[in-house]
Amino acid sequence: MTITATIPARVLVTKIGLDGHDRGSRIIAAFLRDAGMEVIYTNPWQKIDSVVELAMQEDVDVIGISSLATDHLLVPKLMTALKAVDLGHIRVIVGGIIPDEEEPALLEAGVSCVFHPGSGREEIVAEVERLARAATSDRPEE
Amino acid sequence: MNKIDKTQPQADRASAAAEWKRGFDAQVASNKPIRNRSGIEIQPLYWPEEGTEPEYDEKLGFPGSGPMTRGIYPSMHRGRTWTQRQLIGLGRPEDFNERIKSILKSGASALSIIPCNSVYRGLDCDEVEPELLGTCGTILNTEEDMDIALRDIPIGELSIGLNDPNPFVMLAQMLVVAEKRGIDWTKVTGTSNQSDYISHFVANHMFYRLSLKGARRVQMDTITYLAEHVPNWNALSVVGQHMQQAGATPAQAMGLTLSSAFQYADDCIERGMDPEKFLERFTFFFDISISFFEEVAKFRAGRRIWARLLQERYGVSNPRAMRFKFHGQTSGVDLTRQQPLNNVARVAVQAMAGIFGGLQSLHTDGYDEVISTPNEAAAKIAISTQNILKHEAHLCDVIDPLAGSYYVETLTDQMETEILAVIADIDAQGGMFKAVESGHVQRMIGQSALAFQDAVETGEQIVVGVNAHVEQEDASARPSLERPEQDWMQGQVDRLSANKAARDQDAVAGALKNLRETARSKDGNVFGAEVEAVRAGVTQSEIIAALRDELGFGQPLVVA
Repeated sequence: MTITATIPARVLVTKIGLDGHDRGSRIIAAFLRDAGMEVIYTNPWQKIDSVVELAMQEDVDVIGISSLATDHLLVPKLMTALKAVDLGHIRVIVGGIIPDEEEPALLEAGVSCVFHPGSGREEIVAEVERLARAATSDRPEE
Repeated sequence: MNKIDKTQPQADRASAAAEWKRGFDAQVASNKPIRNRSGIEIQPLYWPEEGTEPEYDEKLGFPGSGPMTRGIYPSMHRGRTWTQRQLIGLGRPEDFNERIKSILKSGASALSIIPCNSVYRGLDCDEVEPELLGTCGTILNTEEDMDIALRDIPIGELSIGLNDPNPFVMLAQMLVVAEKRGIDWTKVTGTSNQSDYISHFVANHMFYRLSLKGARRVQMDTITYLAEHVPNWNALSVVGQHMQQAGATPAQAMGLTLSSAFQYADDCIERGMDPEKFLERFTFFFDISISFFEEVAKFRAGRRIWARLLQERYGVSNPRAMRFKFHGQTSGVDLTRQQPLNNVARVAVQAMAGIFGGLQSLHTDGYDEVISTPNEAAAKIAISTQNILKHEAHLCDVIDPLAGSYYVETLTDQMETEILAVIADIDAQGGMFKAVESGHVQRMIGQSALAFQDAVETGEQIVVGVNAHVEQEDASARPSLERPEQDWMQGQVDRLSANKAARDQDAVAGALKNLRETARSKDGNVFGAEVEAVRAGVTQSEIIAALRDELGFGQPLVVA
């Protein structure tokens, strides 16, 4: 299957768990939107099930999880839930306050990459575009 | 500085100075002369000679009176230095108790309690994914938890700050603990630090638990209740910190915070309260960024505007009511994950800006805040930073030491103009409540956040270690991660279920019914009903769920 550049990447930017600090997620959403992507943005405190459901309904390529206060510890459960409904092709990115010690567990669970404070616009946009293309080529045939 | 009409009669500076000195002497028990290393005696205050700088009296005056620009008390830090109020919260109530005792030993003079994020969301520990429990704050679900957290802590002798958003269940728990220990509520002092529901709706959704209208009702009930029963408690801390952390510029954050304060004052007046009285218990909470002079000018201008507009808007004449008391917290947004030890220097500069801005209490961030919840070693460095600034650098010797600088005074005037423009904009929206209901304020903050990020991206704003002076990382500088152990949390969940089982179930049901009926009624006091519910053993989640049911839960407005 071929990918045409005219189809913009579809990205869900959200927060799971308990935290509500959303300066980062809003800025990321604006970056991706300004880069021409379709951004689906939600309130904080999403349940894992509702993230999976939204990802399915909106047919996204990438999910960005912003975590400032340990909610990243739930991301392995999100990865399991996505695989359980055959959405394993969706790439998941985590950004925010992620301690070094806890990053390997996220990558092992299947997270594509982790962005820390100080990451720049170009770097983030390029990586999301790359991951969206990868997700599209891995998408199961209908 | 602006020109002034020399034909105008000038205020009598000598008598104002004498009045200030009387106030100073009354506040400072023993005014031992202070000499610097060269032997020069350092006076507590410096001001221009009689007959010079005619605008001084009108714009600056003397600390503790008049325009208040130079500080809200005659003696300021020379008399009593700022309160070292470190935010602490970790794990189970007993973990908090152990940590707070150690922090008090190392020089903190007041305490502050941060609850677990599950508490912020109004959930008890048996309703939350266990990996999220106690990682950012202490689990406080019942009066029993609060009692353990405050074991051996003399409530009433120590000022206590509660990070306790609307509907203020932690405060109800603490009052019941005090009552059981036989401590008179009139002796209880401290502040509800996270009591500004407007700031939560706008910029810190984490703390946002009821609908905007419901939160307004509970806010006013609480202020009324505390004015009557806990008169030394600061029921309201108007928060500019969240808005600045969310992206507002320092001038916007000050303007929006003052607009919120006017909204609260209007609401209190509508309840028939006397501004000369209730304003004495208003306090503020601000972010201190690393933009050093801008922050100093922000605080000086804010203090002057508050005192003046209270006179203009409400006819306030009681100087105690005009005091712009504020807590400052160094800005986490300025800290970098790269070369984290550099953050120690950043925090020191931020703290200096707050001190020269005339703050009453200060929290310095741990250098590791950008990596994880601060560990104990980082928290101790943060306190040492305050002690170094106070004792080694002698920053407390002179009141408002930057006054009279051409730059600082000009900038203070310019910040005042910017802040007043924000206040006028919010007034034109019909006040702060309406301006946040419509999303106007959220849009303003979002645009500023993006503009700042762009400045970092383009390199216009240099951030050392991020977009300039990037160094090889020293892995040994990484702080170690502290996480509560999972079985500790199981113990906490077990404690809650034992606590719930041992309650008088009829009393619990009765208190919850009363709480709901009070919330439904037009004139009952919701906070009073919460205190009764805590006495009956109702948990915080049960209280908040009942109030959400009755008063609504609004999702925060998303303005991207």
